[in-house]
Amino acid sequence: LAHGGGGSAMRSLIDEVFLAAFTQGSPAVQEDQARLDLTTLAQAGDRLAFTTDAFVVEPLEFPGGNIGTLAVCGTVNDLAVGGATPVALSAAFVLAEGLELALLRRVVEAMARSAAQAGVRIVTGDTKVVPRHACDGLFVTTSGVGVIRPEHTISIAAGQPGDVVLVNGTLGDHGAAILCARGDLALQTHLQSDCAPLNTLVDTLLRAVPGVHCMRDATRGGVAGVLSELAEASNVLVTVNEAALPVHPEVEGVCEILGLDPLFLANEGKLVAVVPACHAEHALAAMQSHPLGRNAAIIGTLQASASGQGAVHVVNEFGGARVLTMPSGEQLPRIC
Amino acid sequence: MPECAEEIFVTGLVQGVGFRPFVWRLAQKLGLRGYVSNRGDGVRIVVAGPPERVAALVDALASPPPRARIVALKRSMAQDEGWQGFTIQASQPGTVQAGIVADMAVCPACIAEIADKKDRRYQYAFTNCTDCGPRFSIVTGIPYDRARTTMAAFAMCPACGAEYANPQDRRFHAQPVACPVCGPRLTFVSGPKGSNPVVGDGALDHAVSSLLAGQVVAIKGIGGFHLACLAGSEAAVAALRERKNRPTRPLAVMVRDMAMAEDYAHFCAAERQALEDVSAPVVLVCQRRERAFASNVAPGMERVGLLLPYTPLHVVLMQKIGQPLVMSSANRSGQPQVVHNAEALESLQGVADAWLMHNRPIARRLDDSVVRVLDGQARVLRRGRGLAPEPLPLPALMAKSPPVLAMGGDLKAAFCLTQGGRALLSHHLGDMAQLATEQAMLAALADYRALFGQTSAIVAVDAHPGYRSRAVGQKLAEDQGWQLETVWHHHAHIAATMAENGWEQGPVLGLGLDGTGYGPDGTLWGCEILMCDYAHMTRLGRLATVPMPGGEKAAREPWRMLLAHLDNALGAEEACKVQAQLCALKDKPVDALRSMVRAGVNAPLTSSAGRLFDAMAAFVGTAPTRLSYEGEAAMQLEALAERAEGACEPLEFGLHLCGTLLEIDPAPMWRAGLHRLAEGVAAPELAWAFHAGLARVLAKAAGQLARRKGLGTVALAGGVMHNGVLVGLLVPLLQAAGLRVLLPAHVPAGDGGLAVGQAAVAAYRHSQA
Ligand SMILES: [Fe+3]
Ligand SMILES: [Mg+2]
Ligand SMILES: [Zn+2]
Ligand SMILES: [Zn+2]
Repeated sequence: LAHGGGGSAMRSLIDEVFLAAFTQGSPAVQEDQARLDLTTLAQAGDRLAFTTDAFVVEPLEFPGGNIGTLAVCGTVNDLAVGGATPVALSAAFVLAEGLELALLRRVVEAMARSAAQAGVRIVTGDTKVVPRHACDGLFVTTSGVGVIRPEHTISIAAGQPGDVVLVNGTLGDHGAAILCARGDLALQTHLQSDCAPLNTLVDTLLRAVPGVHCMRDATRGGVAGVLSELAEASNVLVTVNEAALPVHPEVEGVCEILGLDPLFLANEGKLVAVVPACHAEHALAAMQSHPLGRNAAIIGTLQASASGQGAVHVVNEFGGARVLTMPSGEQLPRIC
Repeated sequence: MPECAEEIFVTGLVQGVGFRPFVWRLAQKLGLRGYVSNRGDGVRIVVAGPPERVAALVDALASPPPRARIVALKRSMAQDEGWQGFTIQASQPGTVQAGIVADMAVCPACIAEIADKKDRRYQYAFTNCTDCGPRFSIVTGIPYDRARTTMAAFAMCPACGAEYANPQDRRFHAQPVACPVCGPRLTFVSGPKGSNPVVGDGALDHAVSSLLAGQVVAIKGIGGFHLACLAGSEAAVAALRERKNRPTRPLAVMVRDMAMAEDYAHFCAAERQALEDVSAPVVLVCQRRERAFASNVAPGMERVGLLLPYTPLHVVLMQKIGQPLVMSSANRSGQPQVVHNAEALESLQGVADAWLMHNRPIARRLDDSVVRVLDGQARVLRRGRGLAPEPLPLPALMAKSPPVLAMGGDLKAAFCLTQGGRALLSHHLGDMAQLATEQAMLAALADYRALFGQTSAIVAVDAHPGYRSRAVGQKLAEDQGWQLETVWHHHAHIAATMAENGWEQGPVLGLGLDGTGYGPDGTLWGCEILMCDYAHMTRLGRLATVPMPGGEKAAREPWRMLLAHLDNALGAEEACKVQAQLCALKDKPVDALRSMVRAGVNAPLTSSAGRLFDAMAAFVGTAPTRLSYEGEAAMQLEALAERAEGACEPLEFGLHLCGTLLEIDPAPMWRAGLHRLAEGVAAPELAWAFHAGLARVLAKAAGQLARRKGLGTVALAGGVMHNGVLVGLLVPLLQAAGLRVLLPAHVPAGDGGLAVGQAAVAAYRHSQA
């Protein structure tokens, strides 16, 4: 791939790689902007959701996906956990000179596949090629819009004492898979990233339990990160039952060796949902009925905070509890 | 014959310890006139009488009641106002400072009473007097009087009231005074959920029968419940361990008396004195080979923790049982000790077979204190019942500081308050990783500040970004508008030793050896040679750093540290060749660990001494794959070293300059160790040679650096200084190098004493402005 300034070589590259994948046969109308029909949007809800994310990952390809899968799923999920039905995405690429064209194709195809899986179109985009030293391989930025139905008022600050916390499956699969895929660790695993668009799962859940209080996808910082934000924003005590946390045995094995905690590992297809206790079983059943929620579990509860300050407590099988704190940097041993 | 009048002003720990009645009795005996009164910061004695009798009174003050400690005694002439007899003057309200003392072991006079069939307190489990009994554990408020103790609900009977009011009586103003008529009673419960209670007289006998039948009985003590069982019964001890989920950690054993203690252990004079001290701590002593407790009481250990009966309940119980009892704090793994009856019945279901309780509430949880004789002196390893809240004097250098709250460390949480030139180090609270400890910390903080009227303005915390104690301190500072002071871990360790020893003369050399503490360079320190005064810490030397593969996990799995050390010392290639000979590394994911070190995944660098001990324990084959309690591997290694027989050469470390730091290099030690292992040298000798080599290189490094910097004193601190073999070898070598050695005694050398050092450093900073 050569560094270009928008000449004809670049034109044909974009035509060939991106348009072919993203338009999927329908005729491409190349305006400077995508145009979305407001009437259709207004029929689907009363608020527009709009989100953006930049993606960098090492390695670019890993078991279960690549940077393209991440870019589409990440943005779709950010829309979905707000209760929005994703409508359209944009994608902007920064490519390093010398990037293998076949790799780029695989990334773009993965994006198209994930978008199709999510039922969302990639409607606009941009590409820049920069000198080799300016970028490590490939960066993607995706933005997305979606429509929120009037009945959903999901917020990280809406958690109430008595609510129940659910996750849709095993913790840390993505983080562990990426660590192992980097190749510098002598760990043989069959781990796959959990990277997936969660909008249909969210749809299933919201149909069953329209009154979901909070929802977040547990990406960087893991489930622990979401719970910390939840505790702080909703000003509640989150009590997590350690024994109830679903963890894939191989992730557990990796964590055991590396001394890591699955609660803190990144996920790309996991969300945390907070629902009133009376709907907990219903929400769980709804999640479990969906292929991306088969291992869903109730992992904790919300209580009023005695101190008036949010906190996360993890209770172990012996009844002992520890305070969950987000490390400011690397987690350093305290043992003295 | 001419009479003289004199005023004697006594300061120190002289309030709330029966000091005034003590003076009164002396004056009565000597026929002196005058009065004694509590005054703000001391006790004022005004006497008139023949000069030689006044002198006799002053002489007799040198052996005050058990808790009292006289720091200064000032004599001056007074005007004889013609007093009639000698009186105790009532304290002016608000003038008495901190009349709250630590709990005291039952005294000989009370023991004699409960043994006397004719005494009205025969076998009474709550007998006490001014010289003994509960204090801190029953206080609910100030000033200290019966209404503000957990004895408030027990109205004194006329007989007890008379004793209480009579200055000539041993029970004059003894707030917890009680007898079978008016005082607390025992209850024995064996059925589920508190059914079938036996109240009063028969309760103790039921407990005795349960224990003799091999059962585990929860017994309410002074600062919390114990779980007791026969120390000679392997099965009973195994049941207790299983139910408490405490597989290997040594258990303390109560013996009936000194004679029984001598049956099971060897004692030096200092150890005997420590065991019989009024604080009645658990004392770590060497077990006799010929007569042992069940092998699972202190598995793998040479030493065992013994304690004497310290309440009348224990005395009667031990008399009836006639054999040693395991006395382990009653809790489930990782949880704090249980203190309340309902809580005990609830949370010890399935742990205890029966409960021996009473209706005198415990005001605050106090774990048993643990001491050990090191370098000829009893030194506190864990500060709890019997020791807290006794204040420690701080060097005058810090006098001008506003009051400080120091938050201490995380693993052996204890905070420290400064007030009027003294440091109040709290009792041991536990591991801050446990939520219950954090809650206990906040409760204890409010408790101490209310009892002692301390109003902090400054909060000192450790620099470790992941410490809960730091987060809690930071939040307090924000909420209360207090000033936050961050103190480096090892600076605090050394400063604690300096402060306890009243050090005021410029910098010392500090040897800080512990597990890990966060250092200014962002690595984990733990074997440091520092130059310290209260203001500054400069690193002069250290142990060469190694990665900790798996971070905190490497602190729990000693074989990880063995791998890291071998790779560092020999290079991975050579290490691969020798690893097959080492049991500790068999079937371990060594390749994965090496790769995480190479990749820099969760493998922080450390210069920790504790982790070196772990590695060596794994090397000689004494470390379990995973520790079940902190310090287990190092304690096993020390126990092995204590078993070494005959002379053997120390394993020599290297010592060289690395940049500006003098670096202790363990590589030669590992090579020599491998060599000896191949020669078939046994584990105890290897363990001893390691201790000796480390002591030698530390002394050598300290000697060099002290000469270079012109320092004559070395302060030792850190949890590794609880290791008797190392301290025993190191101190004489340092002294031989011409250095004066400072060790802590009242403050734990480990993280339990960290708060004192933090307080000293913060208070010093604020005394300078
Ligand atoms: Fe330490
Ligand atoms: Mg985002
Ligand atoms: Zn007594
Ligand atoms: Zn009475």
